[in-house]
Amino acid sequence: MLLKCYRQLAASGVMGMNRRNLSYIGRYNPRSLFPLVDDKLKTKRLAVEHGVTVPTLIGVIEHQHSVRHISKIIDGHRAFCIKPAKGSGGKGILVISKVDDGVFYRTNGQAVCSSEVQRHVSNILAGLFSLGGAPDVAMIEDCIEIESGLATFSHEGVPDIRVIVFHGIPVMAMMRLSCSDSHGKANLHQGAIGVGLCLATGRAVNAVKDDVEILLHPDTGQNLRELALPKWRKLLELACACSDMTGLGYLGVDLVIDKNLGPMLLELNARPGLSIQMANNAGLLPRLRKIESISHPERWGAEQRLEFAQTHFAAIAAA
Amino acid sequence: MNNVRQPFYVAIFLLFSVGISLSYYRHSTFDVPWLPGEKQHIWSIEAKIQFDGQNEPVKVSLAVPDTQQSFTKVAEHTASAGYGLSYLEDDAGRRVQWTIRDAQGPQILYYRVDMLVDPDQDQVGTFTLPIKRRVNLGAGPYETSARGLLEQAISRSADPYSLTAELIREFSTQSQSAEFLSQKRPRIEWLVLLLQYANVPARKILGLHLEDGRRRQKLLNYLQVFDGQHYKIFDTETGKQIRPKSFLLWEYNSLPLIDLMGGANTTVNFSMIKQEVPLGESRKTSIERDSSLLNFSIHSLPLEELSLFKGILLIPVGVLVVVFLRIFIGLRTSGTFMPVLIAMSFIQTSLITGVVGFILIVGTGLIIRSYLSKLNLLLVARIAAVIIFVIILIACFSVVAYQMGLSEGLKITFFPMVILSWTIERMSILWEEEGPQEVVVQAGGSLIVALVTYMLLTNDVVRHLTFNFLGLQLVLMAVVLMLGSYTGYRLLEFRRFRPFCKD
Repeated sequence: MLLKCYRQLAASGVMGMNRRNLSYIGRYNPRSLFPLVDDKLKTKRLAVEHGVTVPTLIGVIEHQHSVRHISKIIDGHRAFCIKPAKGSGGKGILVISKVDDGVFYRTNGQAVCSSEVQRHVSNILAGLFSLGGAPDVAMIEDCIEIESGLATFSHEGVPDIRVIVFHGIPVMAMMRLSCSDSHGKANLHQGAIGVGLCLATGRAVNAVKDDVEILLHPDTGQNLRELALPKWRKLLELACACSDMTGLGYLGVDLVIDKNLGPMLLELNARPGLSIQMANNAGLLPRLRKIESISHPERWGAEQRLEFAQTHFAAIAAA
Repeated sequence: MNNVRQPFYVAIFLLFSVGISLSYYRHSTFDVPWLPGEKQHIWSIEAKIQFDGQNEPVKVSLAVPDTQQSFTKVAEHTASAGYGLSYLEDDAGRRVQWTIRDAQGPQILYYRVDMLVDPDQDQVGTFTLPIKRRVNLGAGPYETSARGLLEQAISRSADPYSLTAELIREFSTQSQSAEFLSQKRPRIEWLVLLLQYANVPARKILGLHLEDGRRRQKLLNYLQVFDGQHYKIFDTETGKQIRPKSFLLWEYNSLPLIDLMGGANTTVNFSMIKQEVPLGESRKTSIERDSSLLNFSIHSLPLEELSLFKGILLIPVGVLVVVFLRIFIGLRTSGTFMPVLIAMSFIQTSLITGVVGFILIVGTGLIIRSYLSKLNLLLVARIAAVIIFVIILIACFSVVAYQMGLSEGLKITFFPMVILSWTIERMSILWEEEGPQEVVVQAGGSLIVALVTYMLLTNDVVRHLTFNFLGLQLVLMAVVLMLGSYTGYRLLEFRRFRPFCKD
């Protein structure tokens, strides 16, 4: 029974945790490059250097003593979010969607007073959300406004698009939608919905929540199969550009579409999760092996790589 | 890619073969059995003498034990660079004597004796009676009071042993008299004096309770009472008889344990370890065998270090369990190797106490931590607060358990507190971030790993193999390296990816 299951998984080309760590992250992602993606502030600077669109940085708080001055930094901004620069898995992100008379309101309407915001920042600085508890800095950036066409797909929080890029070629993509179970977070293991996307068209292929296939969004009732992303080509170009600027061979790129500014880079991940396979109902391995068999994909231009991805990795109807 | 990997496989192969052949060599040359079968036990007890030399000739003499009830002496060794050595054997007992012309600075001398556990060994011929002395108790206030106690005891006893037991009881119940008497001389000396006065041969001895892996032990005073052909040992505080099975008489000739001329600041510490030898091996061969065994690597270390290593050598097995459970099963634990440490402390605390203690401490810690999180503290201060709290908690549990008569509860102090505090901190963050379910998953995972590790570490075969065959450490290393290149699925991934399994 187990053996049969093992063979079926292997036949569908599903990638397991051990293989991801050893054959892809371990082999293609040099550790020296990890800080580029683990530190969101560095990623942001790198992106600005390479002309990749990112959410506007309002300010950075680096020292405990400057926590008190946070109100000066955010003065005049109606909506912003506070992030730990080295946070992982969406931990420690505080999104304020409205400021009213000194009281802050989170996206779900919960009121937060200024001292709580300061405490949150000081927790970030102490390393509560960073890997291994290392001291961290807090970034304050502009809130992303949700694209009107996507509003019905998400409950609280802005949906983001995860693209796995291997040797600069997009391999698989999914959209991550938050729902009430995930408390506004867009991480699948926290209960968010994953919608697999066809690389050729940007349309939904399949949708899962907690690793089980679903059809409708549990909060908004929206049919998830109707999801079709605007500016798809632009999104994929952005993903390719991100991969080029970091030099990481196996990379997870998280993108968002802002109502006003269009597609932009949210963050990068050198250890992208495996749930994208569930969302697409397809294994990663056949696609990765296809790219591994190309000689010198790094000499290809962005156009050629996109072309390759869109012709070879389009969703097959039968899958 | 294959070329890159080749040295790796060669290394694994080398580790494997070297490990196996080292173990085989040890098995064939030193006759160490693969499995802990029927065997006899040898207690190795080591006395470590430390003193400061003062630039003058030094003469040290140490009382040493000999064959006695339940134990047969099979071998003894000393380690003492530059010292002249002689064994003194006369009516007054056996002593080992070290001499040197000039000693300066801190000096360390080792004496080690191997005692075979031998239930057939009885007392006959292993002891000399104390010299009979005519004891005259004076007529002072102390003596009168003591005589009163003795008369009480004599009237309620029938033979030397019951007299001793009654006399000790008198001392314990008549606390006022005992208090008064102790102003003149310690209780044990009174007991010896009174017994001799009542014509019962008795003396003060120094003995050692044997417990595997104990280090830095001291000798304690006990009372030896004779009835002509035999003797019994009494604890002078409780009046209980000491069972000879795990008790070694070290000095039993009413002489000082150590005599030192030309040095200062003497301390004598004892370490002990229990070793196994196959049954049927005669006593003579085991003497010869043992000296060659000593020359072999780690087993030649002083006992104090050796008994430490007995525990340390088990850690690789625990580590292997963690590697296996994470790579093949995919269990999530809080802190990668934390479960191994927990399992090691389970060994000290015994399983049930350990598990109950762990759940109690982590559970209570989580409640406190949830209060601390409301106080808006900096992270380092918060963890420090949790550490202090965990220590207070452990102290409270120990006191409560002791008051309730559960001496088991005292063992809770063996937990690594800093690690427990970090566990509490991580779990409480996990609770806030991912909800209680994830906490249960990770705490459960840690506990399962700790339990599996515990079972392996307490297994006789595992303990026997890791301690006796150092080569197996290389094999463990090879296995860990091999597991490190496993790219297949984990057991729990079958559940995660089950939609792919259906068709």
